[in-house]
Amino acid sequence: MDRTKLEQAGELEWHIPKHEDMRVPAIIFADAALLEGMDDKVYEQAKNVTKLPGIVDAAYVMPDAHWGYGFPIGGVAAFDPEEGGVISAGGVGFDISCGVRTLLTGSRAEDIVRVRDELADALYVEVPVGVGGTGRIRLDGADMDAMLDGGAHWAVEQGYGEEEDLAHTEEQGRMSGADSAAVSARAKRRQRDEMGTLGSGNHYLEVQRVAEIYRPDVAAAFGLREGDAVVTIHCGSRGLGHQIGTEFLAEMVEKAQEHGLELPDRELACAPLGSELGKRYLGAMRAGINCALANRQIITHLTRQVFARVLPQAELALLFDVSHNTCKEEVHKVAGVPRRLFVHRKGATRAFGPGHAFLPQRLHKVGQPVLIGGSMGTGSHILVGNSPETGRAFSSACHGAGRAMSRHAASKRWRGEEVRRELEARGITIRSPSPRGIAEEAPEAYKDVNAVVEAAERAGLARRVARLEPIVCIKG
Amino acid sequence: MVQSGWRHLPHDADVEIEAWGPELARAFEQAAIAMTAVITDPDTICARDQIVVTLESKNPERLLFDWLNALVYEMDTRRMLFARFCVQIDENGLRADVWGERLDVTRHAPAVGVKGATYTNLHVRWNAGRGWVVNDVVDV
Repeated sequence: MDRTKLEQAGELEWHIPKHEDMRVPAIIFADAALLEGMDDKVYEQAKNVTKLPGIVDAAYVMPDAHWGYGFPIGGVAAFDPEEGGVISAGGVGFDISCGVRTLLTGSRAEDIVRVRDELADALYVEVPVGVGGTGRIRLDGADMDAMLDGGAHWAVEQGYGEEEDLAHTEEQGRMSGADSAAVSARAKRRQRDEMGTLGSGNHYLEVQRVAEIYRPDVAAAFGLREGDAVVTIHCGSRGLGHQIGTEFLAEMVEKAQEHGLELPDRELACAPLGSELGKRYLGAMRAGINCALANRQIITHLTRQVFARVLPQAELALLFDVSHNTCKEEVHKVAGVPRRLFVHRKGATRAFGPGHAFLPQRLHKVGQPVLIGGSMGTGSHILVGNSPETGRAFSSACHGAGRAMSRHAASKRWRGEEVRRELEARGITIRSPSPRGIAEEAPEAYKDVNAVVEAAERAGLARRVARLEPIVCIKG
Repeated sequence: MVQSGWRHLPHDADVEIEAWGPELARAFEQAAIAMTAVITDPDTICARDQIVVTLESKNPERLLFDWLNALVYEMDTRRMLFARFCVQIDENGLRADVWGERLDVTRHAPAVGVKGATYTNLHVRWNAGRGWVVNDVVDV
């Protein structure tokens, strides 16, 4: 990104000052190297977001940001419904409520290493993964609607997981205000066979080793010790979320003029929060969130079944579940005044600090775990939220490493089998249906996740707690 | 004589497809092959079973968006991959005969699924040298 267009406001804070028809400034959090690597389109997209009606405070850009659809991926923007604020399908993304959950195992990494291949094979068989992967569950009619309204609660009621899991899931496992009637028949049809599936692309299930602890007190409160084994699941709302995103994007483009919206870019398609379309999207999007929560809950259950067979002494307890493609209604203080806002986080993670009312008892004193997925070679991170009230960027942090290289370039540069062998030599076992898929997800195709989380910490977005390294990776 | 063809263009996280042909319908056919190539090598797909796709739209860009999304839907719900496309476009919309087969994970080894077509770099343009040129970033 061209730095000359920015004003540096801190070591890791860069402002696009209000000019032209921007309503608020845009604020980018990054170190010099990450900023250098950011596409100029991120600048354009962040600037465009600030032009939308009802935007509050600033449009924020996380250290892992890259070029998205209208909104940058790694973007945060909040809108006030009382000031004509909008909701945007592109500002949430196609994979609604894509997110990460981490499970403690109560086991040590060396216990996993002993059964590594058996565990990898069993997880690969039991957890449907990749293009065309279907689960054993078929959902239609009233059952589909019950899932869309109930989220992880529905899944637990069906026997997938434990009541205790719900307390450690955002929204306590059920997004209220979901409207299954606002979800089209096509979206539901796409989801019929996809409950409990990981999907493809950058989605994965990993068994990981806690490789490094940065904050022993917080780590202890989270139940993490160096050398422990944990399981992390990264996936979203599958075909249903994609179809909702696609349909509402098109409808928002069509009706922009009718809503009196002059869009700087049609990808910014949105609708006033108070409009019929805005409300309908909100209901459908919340149903999409429930679908993702139910999906990760079912995969948790399948993972527990595998562990019960392969490593019976392991006890899988949910640490936390976060979503990084959402729009949520939250109260934040702006200039000292609490306001009810709709916060879009597109490739950004909510990061509530210690004492926040939304946190379950076990985490109340310490703060919310912020789960950051990395690439399959470099590992992942667990951070913790900073502030009990509105933190920076409406209490948000980064979501992952972000790609440094296109899939096209990655598949030309590496061969999947070579990547697999190289990782195996480093003690990382991969199971995936596609060698090309492995090449496209090669660790070097991603930005350095360590640099991203360090920047997030230094910018005051969240604090690092632990670094995780993969032992087994099930990849779509 | 303008040839038909397609290519992938680099994009940070996703894939931009570009396709061209002497007629708009040929460019749409090539765009479908380009999207299939995001998922797997189109040469591995046998054009065995046929489906029909019909779409109504007078706007060529919206029609391209709908065409690619219709194929995503059909691939997803039928668990199929498609390799051969015969598209007809008139002033009211599109009709396409599409041939493919059921997804075979071992043989097709799909690298990544396409979640949907987007409005990013969505263009339908006439170019004197290349004929109809269509672009779109597909979300993977």
